[in-house]
This record gives sequence, C-alpha cells and structure tokens, in this order.
Amino acid sequence: MIKATQEAGTTAAPALRAHSPEVSAARARRWGAFFYAEQVLRVMKGYGWTIVMYGVGQPVAYLFAMGVGLATLVQTNGADVFGGVSYLTFIAPALLISAAVMTAANEFTFPVMDGFKWRRVYYGPHASPLTPEQIAGGQIIAVTVRFLLQSAIYFAVVALFGASPGEWGWVSILIATLAGLSFGLPLMAYAATIKEDRGQFAMVMRFIVMPLFLFSGTFFPLDTLPLGVRWIGWISPIWHGTELGRVVSYGYEEEPWLTIVHVVFLLVLAAAGWVLSKRQFAKRMAS
Amino acid sequence: MRVSELAAKESPVTSPSDAAPQYVITAENLTKRYGDVTAVDGISFRVPAGEAFGLLGPNGAGKSTTMKMIGGVSQRTSGSLSIMGLDPEQHGPEVRAHLGVVPQQDNLDEELKVRDNLLVYGRYFGLPMSYLKPKADELLEFAQLTDKAKSKVDALSGGMKRRLTIARSLINEPRILLLDEPTTGLDPQARHILWDRLFRLKEQGVTLILTTHYMDEAEQLCDRLIVVDKGKIMAEGSPASLIREYSTREVLELRFGSERNASVGAELEGIGERLETLPDRVLIYAHDGEAALEQVTARGLRPVTSLVRRSSLEDVFLRLTGRSLVD
Repeated sequence: MIKATQEAGTTAAPALRAHSPEVSAARARRWGAFFYAEQVLRVMKGYGWTIVMYGVGQPVAYLFAMGVGLATLVQTNGADVFGGVSYLTFIAPALLISAAVMTAANEFTFPVMDGFKWRRVYYGPHASPLTPEQIAGGQIIAVTVRFLLQSAIYFAVVALFGASPGEWGWVSILIATLAGLSFGLPLMAYAATIKEDRGQFAMVMRFIVMPLFLFSGTFFPLDTLPLGVRWIGWISPIWHGTELGRVVSYGYEEEPWLTIVHVVFLLVLAAAGWVLSKRQFAKRMAS
Repeated sequence: MRVSELAAKESPVTSPSDAAPQYVITAENLTKRYGDVTAVDGISFRVPAGEAFGLLGPNGAGKSTTMKMIGGVSQRTSGSLSIMGLDPEQHGPEVRAHLGVVPQQDNLDEELKVRDNLLVYGRYFGLPMSYLKPKADELLEFAQLTDKAKSKVDALSGGMKRRLTIARSLINEPRILLLDEPTTGLDPQARHILWDRLFRLKEQGVTLILTTHYMDEAEQLCDRLIVVDKGKIMAEGSPASLIREYSTREVLELRFGSERNASVGAELEGIGERLETLPDRVLIYAHDGEAALEQVTARGLRPVTSLVRRSSLEDVFLRLTGRSLVD
C-alpha cells in the first residue's frame, strides 16, 4: 500500500527534462550575451562590497581632500577660473568620470587575460551555444552595469556634498558610463590580443591612465595648460566626459558644437572598441 | 516559449529527429593546419549513436584538435564534418547545443561555488532556473559532490574538479559527450570513480567521444577506437580486434639490464612471432608467453626479470608506430 502510494507520488512528479537542443540554440542566438553577462555579474557579486566601497569611499576621500581642503587655497587665489562655481563643484564631475575610467582600466584588462589565459574562463561558455562575440558582449554588458551602479553611488555622494547644483546633474551617471566604455572598450580589444603578461596593464595604468587623469582638465581648466600638453586632454575620454559632466551638473557654458564633439568622440571610441573587441574575441577563440 | 523558438523546435535547420541519422558524427578527410604544421592530416571516421568512440594516440597526435573541430570551436582547413547532420562551422550554436564538452584543462569558474558553476553553465543553454536547480542537485549527486555544493571550486581536489566538469557538461542532457583526456593527472582511485560514472552514461545511451593516451582507459571505455599518430589514422577497430590484428595473445617482457638489452636480440632470434627491443626491456610477442620463456632459459639466457602478460593497445601502438604511447 505504502509502496503503491510512493510510486504514485513519483509518477506524479514531472520528469526533469531539458528543452531540446534546437530551443537552446535559438535562445542562445537571441539572448546569449545576456546569459554571459549574468555569469560575470554573479562573479562581481562576490566582490560587490568592494564595488560599493569604491563607489562611496573614493568620492568621500577626494571631495574632502580636494574639494574642501585644497579648495580653500585655490579659491582665494582666483575663483574666476572655475567659471564662477566653487572648486568643489568644478572638480566633482571630473572625479566621477575619472573613477569610471579607472574602473574600466581594471575591468577590461585583468579579467580578459583571466578569460583567455590564466584561468581560461572564456573557454567554458565557448563550448556552449554561446559565440565568442556574445562572450565579449556579455562582459561589456556586465561592466556597463557596474559603471552605472558605481556612478550612481558616486553621484549620490556628490549630491550630498551639494556639489551638483543643476537639475540635470544625474545625467552625469550616464556620461561617466559612456566615458568608461569609450576608454575601456579599445583597451579590451588590446587586452584580448595579449598572449603573455609582461606587465602591459601596469604600463597602461602608469603611462596612459595617470596622465589622462592629471591632464584632462580634472583639477584645473584645460586651457590653463600650455599647448604642448593640452592635446592630451583633446584625445582623452576623461576630458570629453568631464566637460559634458560640467555642462549637465552646473550649466558650464561652452560652444554647442563642442558639446556635440564630446558626445560623438565618446560614442565613436566606444563603438570602435566594441567592434574590435568582438572581432578579436572571435579571432582568438577560433584558432 | 517564443514563436521563433517554437519554429526552431518544429523545423530545425536540418531535421535530425525525423531523418534519424545513423551516424551522429561523420568526418571525411578532416584536415587542420596551423601555418606549416599539419595537426590533423585528412582523417575520416563515423560514429553511430550510443557508441563509445576513442581517439588513442600520444601527445601531439592531433586528438585535441580533432575534438575542437567536432566541438564546433575550431575551424577546419579542409574536409567535411557533420554533427547530428549539421556543419559545425555554419551552425555552431546548434551543434554545440547538442554536445556536452569536458575539455582537457578544467575551466571551471573558481570564483563561483560548486553548485553555481552548474547553474551558470545551464543558463548558457537558456535553461530556466526551475529546471536547473533540481538538475544541478541531481548532477552533484551523480558526481558524488553533494556535500561540496556550497564549497568554492578552489577547495576541490583534482579528481573532484574533473567530476564537476563532467557534471557541468551534462547540464543540458546532451546525447553526445566529448571528453578530452578525461583522467590525465588523476590518481588511480579517482580515475576508477570517473570511469564508473562514464560507464553509467554509456549505459544510458549517451554517445561518448574520448581522447586518451592511456591504453587502459581506451580498453575500459571504448567500443571502438582509432589509433592516431602525427595527425593520421594508423588503425581502426574495437580494442580486442586491434590487439588480435596487430599483436599476439601474450607478451613476454625480459630485462637483461640496460647494457645487454640491445645485444641480446640476436640470441633470442626465432622465439615467438616477433621481437621488439626497447631501451629498458625486450618484448617477445608469442601466443604462449610461458612457452617462450622456457625457450629463452633453454638457450642458457638468464634475464634479470621476466614477465608474461596479455597484449594491450600499447603493443598495438608500438607495432604501428615503433614508439610508446606515453613518452
């Protein structure tokens, strides 16, 4: 009797069946990049606390040191240079954008090397219905989510400091994300070509990220610099992003065509990096 | 379910279900070159559904390259290849959706927990969590890893990682499982546990394609195999038939000491059917090994050690290539 009931119980339970390979393939073709993004986000959740602390801790430290400490010195020596706003308001968008770019320098380098070489994590999904292009796309989507989250926290702190007076200040969250991608995606394409780690990423940090951070009109307007180094700003996603950030956060006045140039510059760089990354992923994984 | 998926279900690119291909894998003149190096040199084979098919050969024979082409992740230079009636180069996602793959090097996500590795992998096939959660538990049970479900992958032994990789490859219930050197680097006990698991899959009708350079593994698991060397097929058949064809029933292994092994050859002339002199020992291929040993002692030769054993695939390989499988 008991046995009979048990058997009835087992037959009543629906058999565990995977859907057909055709359905798997159709879903992967459509949503594959998001499936991989889900994996990257799960891994990120493991260091989620670091992301939040980075988002909160960094602006607090910088805004205090630069915006409050340094500002007392700077403002007494000539507030006009900063377009009539406080020094804190002047540097806040720059710090927000720079933080995203620095995150990009981490998220699009070491994890890519890890995927291809160190722990070869890309080769797991590569054997599934996902394509190399989707794996690249998934990584990009996940890091974009991180940019948005981190920039939103950063912006909230900036707002609490009263350093974003304009009503459109929140748009700088999107600008920071775009700046992060426009710097990060070409870097990702480069990272995907590296077969041996000979400290290339440390060089990128020292000789590309740091100069861009210092000479992108971050702490002082770009036109106070001599022409010899001003070009660094012109080719820098940090400068283009920062100028846009200033426009939305306190209504910084610049020529409208220049605003368009900033947007186009960031979009073109991000799009080119996206295409090159996907192409490089496909090339490297097909061999 | 979306309309496109329904359509895909009803009319796949070709229709493996109603055509019911006799062979799940067909390779004709499959060739892969990397620059000047020819890794796979025009090999042809066919694998019927449910068979355990092996590629046996030394390191660098082209086994892994062949596996990558079957797995739809490496493009062939020439020849044709069909998996479930589909060309993996044109229908990569569709082909890979049919397969379970156990790569030579584990590529588990070490930052995720054991069970999460299975869930995440299942998502790549678009499988819903309602299926994946119970399925993951079932597979952990199968891989004898249930009590490790919440451990980090880092904490697992080599054998456990391998079993987890196999469990991961089964998440989509594949009918074809590709195993590239499944037990390399494992201790004997871990290998036996793994073989047992693979045997069960075979009993369930899963087609197994495996590469190995271990003759005992090939003998244990494979219904049929191809012996591969330098990218070419040297022989094809069941383990027993290959041994019958290329070797004798028994082998007499003699050691005369490294100085004498080479010189003693002439004195052993005429004993058994064939003689093979290796640096560390002399092999005499004979139907009756004990009788051969008696003949050796009758000639007044006193080997340091002697051993009579059954012929193995190792002997087949030696016969075919003049070299050992494991260098």
